[in-house]
Amino acid sequence: MVTEPVIYNLGKDFEIETNIRRADVREDTGWVILELKGTEEEIEKGLNWVASKGVRVDSISGDLIQG
Amino acid sequence: MAYLNGLKCRECGRDYPAEPLNVCDFCFGPLEVAYDYSTIREVVTRDRITAGPLSVWRYKDLLPASGDNPVDIMTGMTPLMKANNLGKELGLDNLYIKNDSVNPTFSFKDRVVSVACTKALEFGYEVLSCASTGNLAASVAAHAARAGIKAVVFIPGDLEKGKVINAAIYGPTIMAIDGNYDDVNRLCSEIADNYPWAFVNVNMRPYYAEGSKTLGYEVAEQLDWQVPDHVVVPAASGAMFTKIWKGFNELACLGLLDGVEGMSFGEDQNSVHHPEVKTKMHMAQAFGCSPIAAAWNNGQTHVVPVKPDTIAKSLAIGNPADGIYALKVIQESGGSATATPEQTVAEGIELLARTEGIFTETAGGVSISVLKSLVEAGAIKRDERTVVYITGNGLKTQEVVENAVNTLPIKPTMGSFESAFNA
Repeated sequence: MVTEPVIYNLGKDFEIETNIRRADVREDTGWVILELKGTEEEIEKGLNWVASKGVRVDSISGDLIQG
Repeated sequence: MAYLNGLKCRECGRDYPAEPLNVCDFCFGPLEVAYDYSTIREVVTRDRITAGPLSVWRYKDLLPASGDNPVDIMTGMTPLMKANNLGKELGLDNLYIKNDSVNPTFSFKDRVVSVACTKALEFGYEVLSCASTGNLAASVAAHAARAGIKAVVFIPGDLEKGKVINAAIYGPTIMAIDGNYDDVNRLCSEIADNYPWAFVNVNMRPYYAEGSKTLGYEVAEQLDWQVPDHVVVPAASGAMFTKIWKGFNELACLGLLDGVEGMSFGEDQNSVHHPEVKTKMHMAQAFGCSPIAAAWNNGQTHVVPVKPDTIAKSLAIGNPADGIYALKVIQESGGSATATPEQTVAEGIELLARTEGIFTETAGGVSISVLKSLVEAGAIKRDERTVVYITGNGLKTQEVVENAVNTLPIKPTMGSFESAFNA
């Protein structure tokens, strides 16, 4: 997975502009803080594709719903 | 007045004005309050604190909102009780319970919401908001009522009626979302971006989180200006855990702890560790939602989000915003993180109630269970001063201890009574 150009394909195959803000990518795991620009529809389609590749997608603010 | 220099990004260090912001524009790191400690050092004394109100606002000089006219429903200065019975059962001679279940809306959330609501008014907000499965919604609604502003709280559509009533009684608008956990998170994120509301844990987050420091301040004050050897703290987002540590270190650096010389806060205020603060910070999570404990015990420096599946609903945050900072606190303090099995949560609630007469909710059950396991593992010695934080009231999660009900039905006769009682 780490060798697959997920971010590149996200930009190429969907109408989404991507910008990496921070990242930590290691041999068997990694995370990326990714800024996305695009329509809500394209971003949703793109993120659904990313998730289908086995990548976990979360908000940078963490979960909002609290106990 | 509040002694702030502004906000600062925890990751890249960029400065921002003291406005309702929570994310760095450059690196998307979280923003934290940057204090003017030089002035605070001149102003704050133990006498000034003890002369203050019997609430969190006695520490107003260390909070990011003006304490001149706070939204205060008399939160804080909760009991720090010596737990001799529980201590005897576990083999501890110096065990204390910090009982935040007796706050006005029955959880520690009143501390953070009091600060957030006060700051929201300073910013001119007219609506206070949050997304919650319970404690936070109640506290937000109560504080908004006290402040005379509107509250809009978002809850999952299938939330138990009792928990809905806890918030509804204060008169907020309650939006019950027909969706799953991720749906609620995503919608609230969108609304926070698009509506001019003070979302306590979104655009108000840097100010909101600081309220938890008072849990550290109070324990130190109640221990005659000393910090304990160990604390056991339940963790959801990890924010409260990091802020208790920050509170201890702030007091130390300002020279407010007994026999401890103050020192500079250095470049990074939020990472300062005074060498005389030797409290071991032990995090408590429930196994069904323990991403921070899992990261710690796997030796990871990042936290992998999980889908919560735990009876400890008040700790059910699968993607904890302060997870990595909590890991750093555990590391620095020489503490630990434990994920207690789900079946021990009710056991912990019952143990505390049976020994000390305190009825806590599931988060408290998690803390007590983890305390027990730490003692059994030899991590806490008999004579070491230990404080366990009990953050919510048992009436909020009665359903998990329903089997505690064990009535003896009798007829209205002496014979029936004696027969049942002596059986």
